[in-house]
Amino acid sequence: MNKEYEILQSSKVSRASGFIAIFLIIFLFFAPWWAGRADIRLLSEIFLYLSLASLWNLLAGYCGLVSVGQQAFVGLGGYLLFALTIFSGFNPFAAILVSGILGALISLPVAFLIFRLRGAYFAIGTWVVAEVFRLSFAQIQSLGGGSGSSLPVGIVKSIASSKAMRESLTYWMILGLTVFILLSVYLILRSRRGIALIAIRDNELASQSLGINILRSKLFVYVVTAGLTTILGGLIFLQKLRISPDAAFNVNDWTAFVIFIVVIGGIGTIEGPIIGVLVFFILRETLADLGSIYLIMLGFVAIFVMIRAPKGIWGFVSSKYNIELFPLSRKLKEIKGE
Amino acid sequence: MKKILETKNLCKSFGAIKVADELNFHVAENEALGIIGPNGAGKTSLFNLITGTIKQDKGNIFYQGESIDHLNVPNRCHQGISRSFQIPQPFGGLSVFENTFVAASHGAGLSTAIANKTCIQILEQTGLLSKANQIANTLTLLERKRLELARALCAKPKILLLDEIAGGLTESECQLLIQTIFAIKDTGISIIWIEHIVHALMSVVDRLTVINFGAKIADGPPKEIMNSKDVKEIYIGIEADA
Ligand SMILES: Nc1ncnc2c1ncn2[C@@H]1O[C@H](COP(=O)(O)OP(=O)(O)OP(=O)(O)O)[C@@H](O)[C@H]1O
Ligand SMILES: [Mg+2]
Repeated sequence: MNKEYEILQSSKVSRASGFIAIFLIIFLFFAPWWAGRADIRLLSEIFLYLSLASLWNLLAGYCGLVSVGQQAFVGLGGYLLFALTIFSGFNPFAAILVSGILGALISLPVAFLIFRLRGAYFAIGTWVVAEVFRLSFAQIQSLGGGSGSSLPVGIVKSIASSKAMRESLTYWMILGLTVFILLSVYLILRSRRGIALIAIRDNELASQSLGINILRSKLFVYVVTAGLTTILGGLIFLQKLRISPDAAFNVNDWTAFVIFIVVIGGIGTIEGPIIGVLVFFILRETLADLGSIYLIMLGFVAIFVMIRAPKGIWGFVSSKYNIELFPLSRKLKEIKGE
Repeated sequence: MKKILETKNLCKSFGAIKVADELNFHVAENEALGIIGPNGAGKTSLFNLITGTIKQDKGNIFYQGESIDHLNVPNRCHQGISRSFQIPQPFGGLSVFENTFVAASHGAGLSTAIANKTCIQILEQTGLLSKANQIANTLTLLERKRLELARALCAKPKILLLDEIAGGLTESECQLLIQTIFAIKDTGISIIWIEHIVHALMSVVDRLTVINFGAKIADGPPKEIMNSKDVKEIYIGIEADA
């Protein structure tokens, strides 16, 4: 009796959620035809936060690299967009792609410094690096120094002549990049590299002894994340058309809210950032008028979720109902043969 | 016989405790070497030194004739040295299959398709196939130990380091384990087996080394060693502990 086996990385649920995801992406692609300008802006912002959250989740939730300094790369991306278009005459979209590569390269020496630090020291180190970036860019007088500058009209016009077309193009870029980032994170985690990251997270000693180079695995994720975050930064400030050091390297906007989203949604799960970003924007849209009370409310929500569901909303749901929408697991299945 | 592994004047201490004291020993290709010694003698530390998780203070380790002192832990695994842990170290959130897949894909560097096949075959050989989809955290201690063996094998070692995998087994389970280890040896793999269950060890190994306080105190054919007077004293000590 010779049994045969196969290894499955998907399930009925995952195929269904993949199908729904594709449908949703097509639907969102046509948003410029069915949504108003304000809605397009809101959707863009949701996608940008979803991307930032997925990347931070990969970094902190899967690699244990709890960075509170990702604003370094958001700001870098914004400033590179301005510098490359103003000084080097790049087309804005080309500038954003180039800045992604530059961001990844710059993250290498940064990693060399901060990877010597562990735990809380690592977190503080990332923040210090972001502050150094902020102070450095504030010194560049040709980009407006401490008070910042606007993207010249000529460059803005070079994206597209009409305002509506420009906004639609930017929206599609953001949507496309979001799909690319979510898919990348998912595919990385499903790959051999991904299972190595999860193995490291579960047991460093065993993962090393079984041939995994921990430093190299984490460095790979750090550099990829930095490059993609830099690209996001470029798109964020292409949408804003104005940049200043305080806005570009803002720890609240680009890190604190992102951490909130991931922790609320479920850190270390693929689905967590998606749930988290929805909760965050629902809260923001309903409570933003309350001013600073809104931030206090966010704090309470965070505390409540952390006490009642330490693994976030998705962690709670998935362990209760035992579901994975986007599975990473490899399941052994017997093929009933003759 | 060619030596696959050799240590020369290996020394390591933790403060006042010497876990390796001018240790010279070797394993020949396709040889099964047994190591015994009382608790705290430095047996597990020796595995830590060989695999690189701790660094020696003095001395050298040679693998296939070349020094591996400069190699880090994952590289030593890639070269063909793989171990099981005395205290099981599973990837708790991954399934049994995925645990072995990590070893086959990263330790042995196999392609996904071949890694899958290898893991299935080794899970079958070690009697874990029916647990393949179970999350490692939910395994019993004995199953975890079996997973240690399976995972170490999936890294496709040339030399396999086994650290107390027979403890707690029933007599028939122990016989199955002995058969499994014979089968592993038949594929040409060299083995170092640390074991307090001496009769299991005796039925498999070609040679026995006795360690006490980090120093080698006897080395030779298993029966001869077990009957020597020095060892009998320590052996009684082990039996009292075990
Ligand atoms: N990383 C470490 N730091 C400090 N002391 C250590 C360390 N590792 C081992 N030791 C000590 O070294 C001694 C030898 O430990 P080791 O685990 O090698 O013994 P062993 O021969 O495997 O014993 P057992 O039969 O109980 O498994 C023990 O006293 C242990 O407490
Ligand atoms: Mg030990």
